Amino acid sequence: MSGDSLEEALTTRTANAPPELLSRSFFFVCAALSIATTIGLIVLLTTEAAKFFSFSAPLVGVTGETASVVEFLTGTNWGPTEGNFGVLSLVSATLMIMIGSSLLALPLGVGTAIYLSEYASPRLRGVLKPGLEILAGIPTVVYGFFAIIYITPALQPFVPGLGTFNILSACIVVGIMIIPMVASISEDAMSAVPESLRQAGYGMGATKFEVSTGIVVPASLSGIFSSFILALSRAIGETMAVTIAAGSTAQFLNVLNPAAYTERALPMTAAMVKLVGGDVTGGGVAYRSVFAIGITLFVITLAMNVISDLVAQHYREEY
Amino acid sequence: MTENTSETRAESDGGTTADPTNDEMVIETDVAGATDDRDSTATPDPIIRSRDLDVFYGEERALDSIDIDIPENRVTAIIGPSGCGKSTFLRCVNRMNDRIDSCRVTGELSLRGKNVYDDDVDPVALRRRVGMVFQEPNPFPKSIYDNVAYGLDIQDVEGDHDEIVEESLKRAALWDEVNHQLDSSGLELSGGQQQRLCIARAIAPDPEVLLMDEPASALDPVATSQVEDLIEELAEDYTVIIVTHNMQQAARISDKTAVFLTGGELVEFGDTEQIFENPEHQRVEDYITGKFG
Repeated sequence: MSGDSLEEALTTRTANAPPELLSRSFFFVCAALSIATTIGLIVLLTTEAAKFFSFSAPLVGVTGETASVVEFLTGTNWGPTEGNFGVLSLVSATLMIMIGSSLLALPLGVGTAIYLSEYASPRLRGVLKPGLEILAGIPTVVYGFFAIIYITPALQPFVPGLGTFNILSACIVVGIMIIPMVASISEDAMSAVPESLRQAGYGMGATKFEVSTGIVVPASLSGIFSSFILALSRAIGETMAVTIAAGSTAQFLNVLNPAAYTERALPMTAAMVKLVGGDVTGGGVAYRSVFAIGITLFVITLAMNVISDLVAQHYREEY
Repeated sequence: MTENTSETRAESDGGTTADPTNDEMVIETDVAGATDDRDSTATPDPIIRSRDLDVFYGEERALDSIDIDIPENRVTAIIGPSGCGKSTFLRCVNRMNDRIDSCRVTGELSLRGKNVYDDDVDPVALRRRVGMVFQEPNPFPKSIYDNVAYGLDIQDVEGDHDEIVEESLKRAALWDEVNHQLDSSGLELSGGQQQRLCIARAIAPDPEVLLMDEPASALDPVATSQVEDLIEELAEDYTVIIVTHNMQQAARISDKTAVFLTGGELVEFGDTEQIFENPEHQRVEDYITGKFG
């Protein structure tokens, strides 16, 4: 081969060849679209919410009825048709759903993950893990009906005074929904713990329980915490199941009082459904409160994700 | 199959153990090739003894009818080419093979006269008496202290754990390097330090036997020689069985050497000096001199 043709071969830039250029552009458009959509949603949420609050409405050129941001954030009375916009009663319901479902889902999910990762045979795991993921794929509206036609009647003999719609069964059903997420992500984290660490444990005469809880779980804490935060975000954002199960009576409840869980309540997401679905007509202040709730929810879940990242970094194990 | 034809301890430096039952064995003869009057059947209480030990992985035979008597408070090296079953043998001693589903063991392997494959033997309890150090240093992602105390904690060992941790780290020749940072993670140590930490962790609960599966193969030469020195010292109090690829290492640190060759056969077992200088089997000589393997 002559020197010239070698030089030509070496200097032909493949990165600018048409197929390369075309595919690069295509993938860029894909990435740009999804980012643009996200930005668009945030802009919409912010501008619409801005129209709701009295301090920001003039900035976006809206006149007429608005609500005070202080009243919105500190009020405990929710009644958009009467002009009461105390979001705390909705937040309390959402918090209760989050707490109640976590109490059920976090221990069960981690337990499931430990079983799948440490105890189950590869064959059994091959059956159980897809099974769990099916659980995650059931439409949430089905869970809502499951709560009112099965869970609530099953609880009524044990919990006196439990109405058809109550927070307790909403918590249980949301808990069932988020178990697969906790289990699946935690199991991934546990399976990523190197076999050499288990060997070290078993070699020291540790039992399976000691290896699972004393070595594997601590070594996968960052993944387990991530799964918790993601599951909590899901519980906060869950809509259909809680809309059906928890009822539609907004009331401010004491989150820490177990008896309050037998009450009806209106979580933030359910309030939005209710507003859009018929309570109010478009354009008014009540309608725009949807976006105010929406941005509150967005800020909460965003904060959870940031916390999740920080926690995951803090506990990141280098094994 | 070669049995140990001589109990002579060829090396002159290791015979300082105080265990009275072994006095006979550690008499300094210092003369290579000198023999005493005991033959293999009279070996005083080998700590580990196997008869007809077969191991299969599925249909594949990994060990073929191994008979071996491993003496107490000595370093026994197991050498042989890759795939000859040396690690498999090591993992029979503490039943780590149990963790492999397809693994099947027949025959006898006894620790102080008790067949560890008897139905009434609990592998967890067995592993508490038989420590193990692995090829790659594998400290837990815990503090240095907690790494060493791990065995003490799970076994509920009585006594002052702080003292035992210190003692174990000193024996593992690591104390001077880490005594000011016991609370920092074991993973922050260098590879050689990590391996010595693993050795400290293994000896802390005071096991009967210490198994080492190529403990220096992932280490640099300096760390390797530190670990080798350590192994020789440990043999004063422990029975050490070490699998190694490195024949110079086996020659340097072991008292007894077992040569496994392809097919999972124990071809020759005897005093290290004799194996390296005058092996009985041509195949062993070929392997040692590098003609194959």
